Amino acid sequence: MPEKGRSTLKSVVESVRAGDVRAAARLMRDLDDGLPAAKRVLRGLYKHTGRAFILGITGAPGAGKSTLVDAVTSELRKQGKTVGVVAIDPTSPYSGGAILGDRIRMQKHCLDDGVFIKSLATRGHLGGLSGSTLDVVNVMDAMGKDVVIIETVGVGQDEVEIVKVAHTNLVVVVPGLGDDIQAIKAGILEIADIFVVNKADREGADRTRRDLETMVSLNDYDEGEWVPPVLPTQASTGEGVVDLVESIACHRAHIFDAENIDRFRREKATVELHEMLKVRLLEKAIGDLERHGLMDSLIDDIANRRKDPYGIVEKIVNHRFETHLIS
Amino acid sequence: MATATATRKKPAASRKIERKVRILIGKPGLDGHDRGAKIIARALRDAGFEVIYTGLHQTPEMIVTAALQEDVDGIGLSILSGAHNHLLPRIVELLKEKKLDDVVVFGGGIIPDDDIPKLKRKGVDRVFTPGTTLKEIVDYVRENIHPRA
Repeated sequence: MPEKGRSTLKSVVESVRAGDVRAAARLMRDLDDGLPAAKRVLRGLYKHTGRAFILGITGAPGAGKSTLVDAVTSELRKQGKTVGVVAIDPTSPYSGGAILGDRIRMQKHCLDDGVFIKSLATRGHLGGLSGSTLDVVNVMDAMGKDVVIIETVGVGQDEVEIVKVAHTNLVVVVPGLGDDIQAIKAGILEIADIFVVNKADREGADRTRRDLETMVSLNDYDEGEWVPPVLPTQASTGEGVVDLVESIACHRAHIFDAENIDRFRREKATVELHEMLKVRLLEKAIGDLERHGLMDSLIDDIANRRKDPYGIVEKIVNHRFETHLIS
Repeated sequence: MATATATRKKPAASRKIERKVRILIGKPGLDGHDRGAKIIARALRDAGFEVIYTGLHQTPEMIVTAALQEDVDGIGLSILSGAHNHLLPRIVELLKEKKLDDVVVFGGGIIPDDDIPKLKRKGVDRVFTPGTTLKEIVDYVRENIHPRA
């Protein structure tokens, strides 16, 4: 059985690397569902990742993110680049269901073999991505996609997880959403490598653009540091998209610059390791407590104030590290 | 927050991997009436399914490509144009070509009773006609569409 397991694993790795859509789609689904076998495949694929350029697109609901993804994809296809799209929509906190509707705006690329679109639901994950986003991006990377575009769920002010995953982050803003004080708050506006003022034909677009430019100009930038440009687009007509794609290429050249790339790669690797540890350690700790039948009594003790969660957590963490991780 | 309660009651079950059923809802063909499709999508969402809605004016090829990329378990097709006898079997056929035979196809819309047995013979699992309640559709999906192994 282990022999057979190994050979299937190897064949999935091969199929994904060869760009087999069926195999890749199934693997992505299995990763999204948290199947341990899928993680093992990803281990085999990991050394084939790291080649794709990852572009993050974030912004408020209705800002035009999906339409912009569609327009940017068209432009990248003209340049002969293959594109993977990971589009994230929210899971209902009540039913656990979701409507994933980002494909509606991406019809143009539906039958293009050079484009692979995957819709994911957040499934309770906060921060604008799904828990599986990094895994799915890695599969697209291993498939040989030149560019992977991640469209976050429509976000407010603080869902900035995308910054940990993407090389270049676009923050899409539309005219008429709040005054200039919004632009000096912290959060999402700080993560932009490029600001996109979409729906730029609307009233107030110039004002929005100026507010953002003023905000950018108030930051201190070191010499050689990237200063985020503010670009107007009309994603639905494609207006401004050529300039946007050029600007993305400039930012890419900037971070892939010999002086920056090592630091950048280390930052990414740190995030990747931390994120995975967070998930796996939690799973393992909970799993162990349940296996030993300790969970119920611990929860009772906390609920009835017989014990405090601080002490219990310290105990669990120290125990874990002593017996399982360090030895 | 509902999950917190569930975890406390049945800790062992919550650790098991639970696959979400993924359903594609599509509108093949040329009619522009998608309110029904959207209502079905919403009802399935409220029943806990992940619904990929592909929008209007889909060709069978577009629907099957989306089903392939999204790895769905079922496809629900809303069709009011009268072209069901052509479009629905064509989608089933394309699914077979792409080796997606395990994907369950169901349809709904203005479809004459006489056509339903023909569609079933051609691999459409179930056809819903006007007057069907949302509950019937949700129950059908729950009972007949399961995540692949």
